[in-house]
Amino acid sequence: MNNIYTIFVAAVLAVLASSNVQAADVQILNVSNDPTRELFKEINPVFAKNWKAKTGDTVTINQSHAGSGKQARSVIEGLEADVVTLALAYDVDQLYQKRKLIPEKWQTLLPHNSSPYLSTMVFLVRKGNPLGVKDWDDLVKPGVSIVTPNPKTSGGARWNFLAAWGYALKHNNNDEAAAKVFVNKLFKNAAVLDTGARGSTTSFVEREIGDVLITWENEGHLVLREFGADKFEIVTPSLSILAEPPVAVVEDYARKHGTTEVATEYLTFLYSKEAQEIIGKNFYRPVDKDIAAKYAKQFKPLELINIAQFGGWEAAQKKFFADEGVFDEIYGPGK
Amino acid sequence: MSQSSVMPGFRPTIGFTLIYLGLVVLIPLSTLVFKSFALTLDDYVHIITNKRVLSSFRVSFSSALIAASIASVFGFITAWVLVRYSFLGKNIFHALIDLPFALPTAVAGIVLATIFQPSGFLGKLLLDTFGIQVAFKPMGIVVALIFISIPFVVRTVEPVLLEFEASMEEAGASLGATRLQVFTKIIFPNIFPALLTGFALAFARGVGEYGSVIFIAGNIPYISEIVPLLIVTKLEQFDIEGATAIALTMLVISFLLLLLINLLQLWVRKRSGQL
Amino acid sequence: MTSITIQPQHKDKIVAQQQALQDPNWVRWGLIFIALSFITLFICGPLFLVIYQALSKGLTAYWTALSEPDTLSAIKLSFFVALVTVPLNTVFGVTAAWAITRFDFKGKSLLTTLIDLPFSVSPVISGLIFVLLFGAQGWFGEWLVEHDIKIIFAVPGIILATLFITFPFVARQLIPLMQEMGNQEEEAALSLGASGWKAFWAVTIPNIKWALLYGVLLCNARAMGEFGAVSVVSGHIRGMTNTLPLHVEVSYNDYDVVGAFASASILAALAIVTLILKTILEWKQAKR
Repeated sequence: MNNIYTIFVAAVLAVLASSNVQAADVQILNVSNDPTRELFKEINPVFAKNWKAKTGDTVTINQSHAGSGKQARSVIEGLEADVVTLALAYDVDQLYQKRKLIPEKWQTLLPHNSSPYLSTMVFLVRKGNPLGVKDWDDLVKPGVSIVTPNPKTSGGARWNFLAAWGYALKHNNNDEAAAKVFVNKLFKNAAVLDTGARGSTTSFVEREIGDVLITWENEGHLVLREFGADKFEIVTPSLSILAEPPVAVVEDYARKHGTTEVATEYLTFLYSKEAQEIIGKNFYRPVDKDIAAKYAKQFKPLELINIAQFGGWEAAQKKFFADEGVFDEIYGPGK
Repeated sequence: MSQSSVMPGFRPTIGFTLIYLGLVVLIPLSTLVFKSFALTLDDYVHIITNKRVLSSFRVSFSSALIAASIASVFGFITAWVLVRYSFLGKNIFHALIDLPFALPTAVAGIVLATIFQPSGFLGKLLLDTFGIQVAFKPMGIVVALIFISIPFVVRTVEPVLLEFEASMEEAGASLGATRLQVFTKIIFPNIFPALLTGFALAFARGVGEYGSVIFIAGNIPYISEIVPLLIVTKLEQFDIEGATAIALTMLVISFLLLLLINLLQLWVRKRSGQL
Repeated sequence: MTSITIQPQHKDKIVAQQQALQDPNWVRWGLIFIALSFITLFICGPLFLVIYQALSKGLTAYWTALSEPDTLSAIKLSFFVALVTVPLNTVFGVTAAWAITRFDFKGKSLLTTLIDLPFSVSPVISGLIFVLLFGAQGWFGEWLVEHDIKIIFAVPGIILATLFITFPFVARQLIPLMQEMGNQEEEAALSLGASGWKAFWAVTIPNIKWALLYGVLLCNARAMGEFGAVSVVSGHIRGMTNTLPLHVEVSYNDYDVVGAFASASILAALAIVTLILKTILEWKQAKR
């Protein structure tokens, strides 16, 4: 019996010890949403190299990816992120609203509303575009089956919804009732509502569900890269929404970890030419003018509306996505 | 509390059991109850009677009911075959029954979705021959829940079948009963309580299942949205009260279900003790 | 079933009786066919697919996927969590089974029901309650933040959620067995002057050891395989708080199919080893 205890204690100690090995150097935790996995996988080592050259310290950036809302909630509940890089400002704002983990004016602390990369929502269709989908109004036709995440749980899906709403307003003389009918038809065509953007991509690409996937522009390009441009193609609608995924240092936690400097530097680095190049390469739209021009040709031009036209996220959330908001009306029983 | 035997160790064992139960299960679960006190009864009723919440309860309960029924039929046949017959490879099949216990639910969900997706091996077959799409339809939920339910049914029926006295069958046979009569009049009534227990366990587990279902369900409100998903959705909208209210309702239901199962077993034991 | 004592009876009657005791061949083979198809469809199919996908790019790719640092740390974490939770729940299972089966007391049914409860609580709820308890906005949240103790989104939270989920496994396995055994053997040992502790080790343990081992094995498989509850409390930090099942999901969402199913195959292999061990145990038990 004694032997078993010895082995047990030794094993526990070994595991505890091994988890402390890396603690000598700086570690920061970047809590992010789903479609940024590949982006940060590429950016993090470059930043670590620069930081080492500049300060001599080794920095390890740990990543956590999941749906934007889930991530914000985890940080509020105590997931000690040094920085958050989420899908939309509303989720970051909750860090201030619920626990004052960040300053109220967090969005003014970094350039471009704290969004170092931009994107928009586009369509992904199967090769040859068998249904001839060109724009949002093709998606509401009967028999077209679309795949999008659920706006209740996914940040990207909220961008999808607002883009469709914006398109409908524009083509119906700003008639909200008509827009409601439009998005109603759109979401009635949804074959599956996954909880996150990546889940939707999987449903569309690997499960072969649906005719059209509405997704992040970068996610669409990523699918072409991962699964082959011979299987899918991207359709850019005439109008979409400018998605501004924001980043922020979670000051409360960073102060506690003593990582404020490196965390701030990390986010500032995202605006550097070097990082902006990687951002462009990963099919996000860079905010740096020169780099943006360089990568402009990979994005089709389109009319972009932005969240300000909806009165900001707080208002949009309340009107469209809160319980018994417009989205809940769409899925009202018996409709 | 009364101690009826000369066995030692009642106080320490019951003491440890209660303390451990309290720490690991009851205190954590009580947070649900206390958190719900923050809600007035009206709030609670309002949350629970929301049409979308009600319909997710309907989806969860009806899928669990169908899945547990299907699993009961096939689980019974499987247990019967494993206990009564011998054939090549029986041991392997026997060992595999518990796989759904051990395989992570997320893996089960991904794998079942791959098999039953419209272009998948079985999904295509079903779609082409019967025009039925399984994955991403309410049927997908049922398939995932059947997978989860199998071991519950087989493992509850099996021991009872094993111990079933051959003498009872022989008595029936010597009175001139046919095989069908022996089965319907003697065997089945004796197995039935165990089958019912297995069914109830599978049902209780199925109502709460999350990991495997979300990968295959489609998650469309009013059609294929299950209760646990709605809890997660509420949480991600920072609506902890709403999530708690729904969670508490589910907890009470599973508790009542389990209590029913245990009383059922007690009743069966008492009855068979008298026989 | 076939051991009927033959008495000088009418031959037809014996045949009729035998027919009433045995299933006709077509029923027998029909049922075997149905059962095997059902098991093949719902259990072998998924199992086969896991292995097939894991090896879809060859053994080398499989091995590379397994030796990635994030995978290794997930494996390590899962084993560590099992190493802590399984012994605790085993001790509990034995103690609870002793208390419940060896004594009569009021509220026994209620106690058994409460022990079973984690079995039927939705995994989502099992995670939620620990967030309500230890989350920064939970009951102990403020106190934990003040004292800089991390429970949720760290290893302790994962351990607690796993403890909760695997709580009933050992107890459930032992209670019916010990109930059936009765306590005559222990009583005999006691009357011969053995101490309670001695009676337990020398009489009870040898009698329940196979069931106990099986309970431990199942508990272990579940501890390593739990997804839903752990997903809520883990925080999904790669290389740190991702258990094996979470790592499967992460890899799958990274379009790393081989990686995802390679990790899943470890869990499947664990399940199979568990099941094989169990079959051996049962066989040994039957031999006794």
